[in-house]
Amino acid sequence: MSIVIRKKGFTAGIKLNENKKSAASPIQLLKTPERVIIPLQQHTGAECEPLVKRGDSVFEGQLIGDSNKLISARIHASIGGVVSGILKIVNPVNSAIISAVEITSQKAGKEGEQPYSGLQKQDGKPYNAGIIPENVVDLIDKIPREKLLETIKNSGIVGLGGATFPAHVKLNPPAGIKIDTLIINGCECEPYITSDHRLMLEYGFEMLCGIYIISRILEPQNILIAIEDNKEDAIINIENLIGALGFENTFKIVSLPSRYPMGAEKTLIYNLLKRKVSTGALPLDVGVVVNNVGTAKAIFDAVIKNRPLIERIITVTGDIERPVNLFVRIGTLLGDILESIKVPDNKTLKLIFGGPMTGFSVSNMDFPVTKGVNCILIKEVKKPLENNCIRCSRCVAVCPMNLMPLVYASYVKNNKYEDCREYYIDSCIECGSCAYVCPASIPLMGYIKTGKSVLARKS
Amino acid sequence: MEEKKLIKSGEILISHPPHIWKGFSTPKIMYIVLAVLLLPAGAAVYFFGLHALWVMISSTATAVFIEYAIRKLRKKRFVMDGSAAITGLLLALTLPPRIPIWMVILGSAFSIAIAKEAFGGLGYNIFNPALAGRAFLAICFPVQMTQWYIPKEFATDAMTSATPLSEAYVYVGTRTALYKDLFFGNIAGSIGETSALIIITGGLILIFLRLIDWRIPVIYIGTVAAGALVFGQDAVFQIFAGGLMLGAFFMATDYVTSPVTPLGRSVFAFGAGVITLLVRSFGAMPEGVCFAILIMNAFTPLIDKYVRPKPFGYLRKIAKGRVKN
Repeated sequence: MSIVIRKKGFTAGIKLNENKKSAASPIQLLKTPERVIIPLQQHTGAECEPLVKRGDSVFEGQLIGDSNKLISARIHASIGGVVSGILKIVNPVNSAIISAVEITSQKAGKEGEQPYSGLQKQDGKPYNAGIIPENVVDLIDKIPREKLLETIKNSGIVGLGGATFPAHVKLNPPAGIKIDTLIINGCECEPYITSDHRLMLEYGFEMLCGIYIISRILEPQNILIAIEDNKEDAIINIENLIGALGFENTFKIVSLPSRYPMGAEKTLIYNLLKRKVSTGALPLDVGVVVNNVGTAKAIFDAVIKNRPLIERIITVTGDIERPVNLFVRIGTLLGDILESIKVPDNKTLKLIFGGPMTGFSVSNMDFPVTKGVNCILIKEVKKPLENNCIRCSRCVAVCPMNLMPLVYASYVKNNKYEDCREYYIDSCIECGSCAYVCPASIPLMGYIKTGKSVLARKS
Repeated sequence: MEEKKLIKSGEILISHPPHIWKGFSTPKIMYIVLAVLLLPAGAAVYFFGLHALWVMISSTATAVFIEYAIRKLRKKRFVMDGSAAITGLLLALTLPPRIPIWMVILGSAFSIAIAKEAFGGLGYNIFNPALAGRAFLAICFPVQMTQWYIPKEFATDAMTSATPLSEAYVYVGTRTALYKDLFFGNIAGSIGETSALIIITGGLILIFLRLIDWRIPVIYIGTVAAGALVFGQDAVFQIFAGGLMLGAFFMATDYVTSPVTPLGRSVFAFGAGVITLLVRSFGAMPEGVCFAILIMNAFTPLIDKYVRPKPFGYLRKIAKGRVKN
C-alpha cells in the first residue's frame, strides 16, 4: 500500500494565484547581522521577563528571556555580543507594547560568523538515503519522553507555521486526553511563501526525525503529513525519505488540493479527518495535534543538535527581481534583509511580514523577524478604494467558518460591537478570504480585527 | 541610528491583510449583467420596434444622469459602476411597448432618486429600484401602464390586447401554439418580458458565470409552477406568462435587496413565488411578480436576521455553561 493518500475532488475554499516564485531557489544563509532586536514575546501566551540587562555580554544561544507562566516560550540570543538595550516595541499583531532585547555583536565576526552545524548541508545537497546517520532513530529511542519535552521547552520552540503556540505545551496534553492523530502541516496554502516547501526538499530528513520525536512524545496511532498537491516534488522527496528511514508503517503522506485556506488548522483537520474543532476549542479536544513541518525540524535540531530556536527559514519574495529562501537569525531586522534585495523604486509598496493573505504590513526598517514569520513579501500595491457593500454575499460563500463577514463591516462602522458576537465574530480564523473576494474592496479583515480587539478589551 | 534609505522615493503603505485582491470588482459584475441584459433588450426591439429602443435609451440615460446629479448634490463620490444603468434598463424592460417617453423618464428618475439614492445609494436601498419605479408608474398611470400590444401588429395599426394573465384575455389558437408564443415571445406584454427563451438564456449565462444564485430563479419559478398545479391552474402558462421569468432571473436575484445566505435566498424565492400566485389568483391586478418581489424585499433584513448559518463546529450552549453538540 502506498504511503501517499491522494485526496481529490471538490473542496471548499478559494483558488488563489500561487505566485510561488521562489520555489526553485535553495535555502541560502543570510549573513549574520551585527545587530538584532529580539522581542520577548514571540509566541502565544505570556511575555517573557528579560534575564539580561544593558551592557551584559551574551553568547549565541544564551537564554535571555523566560517566564514562570505555563503558556510561554523561552527566548534565546540569536547572535553573540553585548546587550545594547532593552527596548519597548509595538507588537504588530495585537498592537500591544512589548519588551525586546537589542544585541550588538562586539566585534563583527568573532562569534557571530560561525554558522551552526545544522545549516551546513553535506556536499551542499539535500540529504538522501545514502548519508542518513543510521543511529539517529536509535538515539531518539533512548531518550525518555520527559527529557524530550524538557529539551523542547528549554529550546523555546513554538509552532513555526505562524500561530506560534509553545510546542512543549501543545505536546503535553492534559491527563486523560488521548491524541490519536498527529498531523504535520506542510500545506503552505498562502501564495508566494515557499519556506516550508524548501524545508521539505532540503531538510526532509531532519523533519521526519523531528516528527518521530513528536510521535515518541504523543504516541499517536496515525501520523499524517499533509502537503498540497502543488508541491509534488516535496511529496516524492518525503515519500522516499520515509522509505529510507523505515517509517512506512506509521507515517502517511496526504496530498491535498491546493485551495486556500487548506493549511489553517481547523480546515485541515476537517479535510483530513472530518472532525470539527469548535470555536474556543483546541485540536486536542478532537484527539488531534497539528504541528508545522518547520516545528518538527526545530524539534530535531533541539533534541539531536542541542540548538535552541534562534533561526528559521523565511521566503523573501514579491515584486522583486530574485525571490529567495533564507536562513535568518531570529531578531534580524527588516533593513538588513532588504539590503541584499533590489527593491523597486518609485513605487507604492507594502512590506509584509508573513504571507499576502494574513501577514501584517510594516513601515519600520528596524522591525525584527520573529519566530512566527515565514515570509517577507515586498508588494507593489495600488491604494485601495472602499466602495459600498452590494451584499453580493461572496464573502458568505467563501467563509471557511460559515460566517457572514459583511455584517461585521457595518456593525463595526456603527460601533455596534456587541452585535458582532451575535454573528459569531469569535469564530473567525482571520484567513482573509472574504476581503480577497470582495468586489467592493471592503477591508473586511480590518473591520473584523478591530471588532475583535474592541470586544476583547471590553470583556 | 542612521535611517537606512532602502526604499527610494516610493511610498510605504500600511494596511490590514489580505494584501492581494481578486480584482473582480463591482463595476465588472455590473457591466457583465448589463451585457447579458442586452439579450432581452435586443428582443424588445425585435418584437416591439424602435419605440422600445427609445424607451430603453431614455430610461437608462435618465437613471445614470439622476444618479450622477444626486451624488454630486450630496457631495459624494460618484462611481460609474453600471448599477444605475442596470436599474434603468431593467425598468424599461418591464414597461408597456407604447408608453410615452416622459413617463419613462419620470419612472426612471423615481427609481434612482427615491428608491435608491434617498436610502443612501448603492447597497443601502431596501427595494429593488427598477421594480419600485415600475410600481410607482403602475399606481400613477394605471391606464397607460396596462395598454398592451401584440408584437406582430406593431408595424401596421396597433392592435391592443389584454395581457395573457388578465381575465379578459382570449387566445385564438391551440394550447400548443399559445405555449410556443409565450416561449418565443410573440405575445402581448412588457417590452422585455415576453420571450421566455431569451430571458432564460440570459439567466443561465449569469448562473453559469456564478453572478447570480441559481436557487432564487429555480425556487421562485418552481414554487409558482407547483402552486399552479395545486390550484388546478395551467402551470406551463403560469410560469411563461407575464413577468415571472424576467423577475425571477433578473429582479429577485438583485444582490442588494435579496438575502445573503443560500437558505435565506431559498426562503425569499419561495415567499416571492407564493405571493405571485396569490396576487395572480385573487388580486385585482393581472400581474403579481413586481409586488411579490417588492414585498419580499421588505422581508430581506428579517430573513437575514433569522436565517443565519451556524458557524463551523457550532456548539449549542445550554444552561449552566455546559456545552452540547
